[in-house]
Amino acid sequence: MKPHTLSILVENKAGVLSRVTGLFSRRGFNIESLAVGPCEEPGMSRITIVVIGDDAKVEQIMKQLNKLIDIIKVSDLTENERVERELALIKVTAEQGTSRAEIMQIATIFRASIVDVSPKSLVLQVIGETDKIDALEKLLRQYGVKEFVRTGTIGILRGSKLASGGK
Amino acid sequence: MKTGAKILVESLLREGTEIIFGYPGGVVLPIYDELYDSPLRHILVRHEQAAAHAADGYARASGRVGVCLATSGPGACNLVTGIATSYMDSTPLVAITGQVPTSLLGNDAFQESDITGITLPVTKHNYLLKSAGDVGRVVQEAFYIAGTGRPGPVLIDIPKDVSTGMAEDVKLPDKVTLRGYNPTYKGHKRQIEKALEMIGHAERPLIYAGGGIITSNASPELMEFATLSSIPVTTTLMGIGCIPCHHPLNLGMLGMHGTEYANFAVTECDLMIAIGARFDDRVTGRIETFAPHAKIIHIDIDPAEIGKNKRIDVPIVGDVKAVLKDVLTLMKKQGAHEVWLKKIKHWKQHHPLKCPTTGGLHPQFVIRTLSELVKDKAVIVSEVGQNQMWTAQHFCFHNPRSWITSGGLGTMGFGFPAGIGVHFARPDVPTFVIAGDGSIQMNIQEMGTVAANKIPVKIAILNNMYLGMVRQWQELFFDRRYSFTELPAVDFVKIGNAYGIEGMRIETPEEVLPAFQASLDCDGPFVMDFRIEREENVFPMVPAGAAINEMIGGHPR
Repeated sequence: MKPHTLSILVENKAGVLSRVTGLFSRRGFNIESLAVGPCEEPGMSRITIVVIGDDAKVEQIMKQLNKLIDIIKVSDLTENERVERELALIKVTAEQGTSRAEIMQIATIFRASIVDVSPKSLVLQVIGETDKIDALEKLLRQYGVKEFVRTGTIGILRGSKLASGGK
Repeated sequence: MKTGAKILVESLLREGTEIIFGYPGGVVLPIYDELYDSPLRHILVRHEQAAAHAADGYARASGRVGVCLATSGPGACNLVTGIATSYMDSTPLVAITGQVPTSLLGNDAFQESDITGITLPVTKHNYLLKSAGDVGRVVQEAFYIAGTGRPGPVLIDIPKDVSTGMAEDVKLPDKVTLRGYNPTYKGHKRQIEKALEMIGHAERPLIYAGGGIITSNASPELMEFATLSSIPVTTTLMGIGCIPCHHPLNLGMLGMHGTEYANFAVTECDLMIAIGARFDDRVTGRIETFAPHAKIIHIDIDPAEIGKNKRIDVPIVGDVKAVLKDVLTLMKKQGAHEVWLKKIKHWKQHHPLKCPTTGGLHPQFVIRTLSELVKDKAVIVSEVGQNQMWTAQHFCFHNPRSWITSGGLGTMGFGFPAGIGVHFARPDVPTFVIAGDGSIQMNIQEMGTVAANKIPVKIAILNNMYLGMVRQWQELFFDRRYSFTELPAVDFVKIGNAYGIEGMRIETPEEVLPAFQASLDCDGPFVMDFRIEREENVFPMVPAGAAINEMIGGHPR
């Protein structure tokens, strides 16, 4: 059982996301993370899904995904060298004159930026792999994380290789 | 300019549809108005589920796309079992449903149901139309998707304002292209060569033939391959008919209620060639002990079936017919396998299917009598349960598409309405429906349809006043605690008579043949109520979770 990052190129049409997620829920798979957005091809979208499962089960899901008419290409990025990123927004309690300086120091170490400041709180924006974001959130917990919002993972292959199959 | 409803009916005709099965209702009124003076034949069923099964039966018997039509909400929901049945057996079906107007979508409007959402996991694809201008293109795509690759059901949901909306005629392409749908038809040459090499070295090869051979119309190629290479063939429930029953290489059905010799052959073969089959649990029994000594070649059009349940040594993705043609071209030497075939012959002689003759009326005798009477001049449609297994075991099928049954979903209530569709696909031969007293009552209202349209379906009910297959399991595995499986006696002849259908009750073996003859002499539909031995079981049987050579009810080994 290991995480698999699946990159799925789909027609940008109503209902496609539920066709995709339905194949996971039917097999009792929990989707760890999900990101959807338009991509380089007009009329298409790319869905990135992270699931934890054994290789054979994930392979079966990929084959089933490939059978959906609105799906153009499915690839498992986990097989290759890749860059993966998430973005998180974290609202932390930070009263003036207390821990504010410490929080800002931590933000610097994580190369997070402060995107909102108010008398009682700060909002940090951080970009990185899942582990990095988990680590930052854990560190900030002692100050009081009021809200923690993160995107799904997105990924891209290193080098000139493409997830959509071309070169 | 034309209405969406008119474009729909024209598109169906353009696709070569000759008949649809349906049931009208509020939001499909514009479509029904177009049907009123259309050359497209429409059969009014008595329940929408029957419309889906009838269209499916038509598709299975003809190999063409079957079409059914229902209104929104309850009408559409009633199609679902039929659509799921088609999906599990990969049959080409286009289901058309009405929907509330687009302005009311998602409003919990009267008779609204999210049918595209509901049928998502049981359709090959589905569409919710938004404009009359899309109707022509979507119907063309739907037929293409339903009928090509691994076939399956496609649903088109048409809101009322799309049916009444106006659109210009759109010029449709001669050939549909969809960038996300490109089935592989031709097998990989190197893989085929690898398979042939393996076949050349095998001492105890076995062909495991599934419904894909029927779907792909590949029986002639299969027969040629099996005969040239002297490889015995066992068929799945869905594959029955791909090789004549009396052919010396035919081992009959394998699996839970397969023949002993087929299951022995599976267990002892050193090479299994799976063709258009999917290693279903009713076939394999305990999967680890299925074909334990064999290398496996798997030919299938659906790459998702390769390695799904069993590790495959040589996968060949492609249309079964195309692949077998290539196999025949590339095949250099012919096989003999004398020792293996001798062993199989021995098994066949010493482990035949049992046909009890003493006591009352036995269902096996009923099936065999029908088989001998009609020979290859009939299409047999079964319901689900004991009636289905007895027919699969004891009827001698000669041709593909002469055996129509719900395999994957195992839908009770499928057979009788499917038989209606079968009749329209094969009006040249009689259609017999073999039912149990349980399953016939799941769509018995269709007696209204066959009576009103004089559809000459012959209904043979093997009446044991039980839900027989469930009772059999209770007898064998639940200490004879017959929990809710006993059905009170029903006089099916009287029910038939009430609809205006002739019929006969049969209580002794002597009455069986005359009853079948009477059914053939009757121009219209005919009901036969066979009062069979109440606790007759289907044997041999592989208990759930056992290896397939661990059968009960067979001969001592």
